[in-house]
Amino acid sequence: MPETSEIIIEAKNVTKLYGPNKAEAARMMRAGAEKDEVYKKTGTTVALWDVNFRIRRGEIFVIIGLSGSGKSTIVRCLNRLNRPTSGQILFEGQDLMKLGKKELLEFRRKKISMVFQSFGLMSHRNVLGNVAYGLEVRGIPKEERERKAKEVIAMVGLEGWENQPCESLSGGMRQRVGIARALASNPEVLLMDEPFSALDPLVRRDMQFELLQLQRRLEKTVVFITHDIDEAFKLGDTVAIMRDGKVIQIDTPERMSAHPADDYVRRFIESADKSRVLSAKNVMITPASLVRVTDSPAYALGEMRKNGLSTVYVVDEKLRLRGILTIYDALRAHSEKLAVADVMQKEIPVCQPDSLVAEIMPAAAEASYPLAVVDEKERLVGIVTKANVLAALI
Amino acid sequence: MNWLFEFPFVAKPDVNAIDQATRSFASKASWFFEDIIGAGLTQFVNAINWLLGHTPWILLIALVFFLGWKAKGKVTSGILYAALLFFIGVVGLWDLMLMTLSIVIASVIIALVFGFPIGILLSYSDRASNIVRPIMDTMQTMPVFVYLIPALLFFGMGSASAVIATVIYAIVPVIRLTSLGIRQVDAEVVEAAKAFGSTRLQALVKVQIPQALPTIMAGVNQTIMMAMAMVVTCSMIGARGLGNEVLIAVNRTEIGRGLVSGISVVILAVILDRLTQGWFADKKKKTEKKERRLLPALKLALKKAHEPASAQSLKGEEQNA
Repeated sequence: MPETSEIIIEAKNVTKLYGPNKAEAARMMRAGAEKDEVYKKTGTTVALWDVNFRIRRGEIFVIIGLSGSGKSTIVRCLNRLNRPTSGQILFEGQDLMKLGKKELLEFRRKKISMVFQSFGLMSHRNVLGNVAYGLEVRGIPKEERERKAKEVIAMVGLEGWENQPCESLSGGMRQRVGIARALASNPEVLLMDEPFSALDPLVRRDMQFELLQLQRRLEKTVVFITHDIDEAFKLGDTVAIMRDGKVIQIDTPERMSAHPADDYVRRFIESADKSRVLSAKNVMITPASLVRVTDSPAYALGEMRKNGLSTVYVVDEKLRLRGILTIYDALRAHSEKLAVADVMQKEIPVCQPDSLVAEIMPAAAEASYPLAVVDEKERLVGIVTKANVLAALI
Repeated sequence: MNWLFEFPFVAKPDVNAIDQATRSFASKASWFFEDIIGAGLTQFVNAINWLLGHTPWILLIALVFFLGWKAKGKVTSGILYAALLFFIGVVGLWDLMLMTLSIVIASVIIALVFGFPIGILLSYSDRASNIVRPIMDTMQTMPVFVYLIPALLFFGMGSASAVIATVIYAIVPVIRLTSLGIRQVDAEVVEAAKAFGSTRLQALVKVQIPQALPTIMAGVNQTIMMAMAMVVTCSMIGARGLGNEVLIAVNRTEIGRGLVSGISVVILAVILDRLTQGWFADKKKKTEKKERRLLPALKLALKKAHEPASAQSLKGEEQNA
């Protein structure tokens, strides 16, 4: 993003206090007290203290912080779901605190929209009904709003799911609905409050990628909240780190990793090592095909040919892992009229769903075929390829 | 040591004075209570009774069959409820049953008309909720017979006072569960409604009430059941119907008569309960059951297949394998 582009949102000295004794709490904070100390003495929570930032049009502005750092509070100030105790939020130069009731509705309907952590979908409406909601409350006629809703549903890759109830969708798809709903009214700014935190890492990666593509194409301004430093650096044009209701540093990801403002930021950045966070169940995939012990070698060969595989896992009737069959063994068995059980390799490396990626990396790198993931009953639940491991780490 | 076992002083409330005051107020205001409200309620009950009485019995039974079938999703349930209703007709209590049903329907309609908005109000205001909750607790724990006396005083013998007493007794669950249901709607969903620019009314009508509907319907169901229970008691203040039959049986110690009318009351209650309970609660269960039948492995595969983008990237990775 060019540094010169226009400022769309500006937060000026935004402070939010909850509790009985706001004046005293503010006095203590000005004197340099800590958040916990203020709460103990006055019973007042300092959710935000003197927050300042500028968001440029068309950028992804990421706010990162641990829970309780005030990141969700500040993002809700931007569409006035929360009202700051003091300070200003300027949207295109207009002070949001001065909006009247009607102006606020208009602002929320046309200028800004939001995506929620647990999706915030209305379970009594289907996908189309959810996506069209913002247009519906604006009073746009049914035909037009459904046409627009269908456009954005197609944009997020949910074509054909319009009439499904939201409960029938997976987490990733639900959040696609959430994003489509936020895009439907063609707002200028998208607020995203930890939109991918509830998704499993594999899906999260895809969604991050798609969000980037979508954002670059539509050139929307995105305010993205997360507690995941990797996500922040991957998506953010600008990243703001928050702690205890204060902004500690605002910078581009590159500059932030090169020059962390203090130890807290440094520790945050260093915590980004995924192989110690992700486990086998996060990176594994479902095997394309399985062969049973009792199947014939000819069937096994057919399966391998159909799916373009050189090896296939052999399981018993309860899905318990029995061995692995390579294409050479299968061919040998076929010509020598042996059973699958006679030629398969029985000693194979396995791992558990909860094994960390860091632990299984050596085994996955060494083996000439995918690593099998088995549960406590020896049932095959998935496989991990070298490609899966690499893809999860970059 | 007598003072340990006797109260230092006793100030008995002058119950006679309360009597006198209520009585004189009732007679002074009888033009309002008896002539306007009472007469209106009687008309209302009679109108419903007229409607039910002019519906062929076979139509009512068919309706119960159909609703029972749809509510429970099983034809056998429909047949069972229809057969039970048929039994009431066969033992000769059809008209009395219709009378009881009329009072129940009238009371429930009035209870919902008042209870639903009150419930919505209470869901918005903690203060109102704190004030009204003890009143509702009192309404529910007060022995039901106590309602009968003022109802009798103000509205005279008959179905009008029965409706009043029943409404007071049965309105509580719909208020409570409407308020509870709306409060329990996922905070993020309500936030979403606001964030997309809903007015308060739009958020209420388009999001909060539909989301709270299963809970609200549980309240409606309970209101119906409590109305049913009260209507039987109301035979003591001259409400006609099945309850009256039970009362006569008690007074004359006729066990046979009591048994037959008692069973009819139970049947009516069971049918009302099942028909109003099934609509919302069951739909959820059915989908859950279906899901449980799927094998875990199949489910995993399905989940991945439903993920359009990741499915594509998965294919690529499998080919590497």
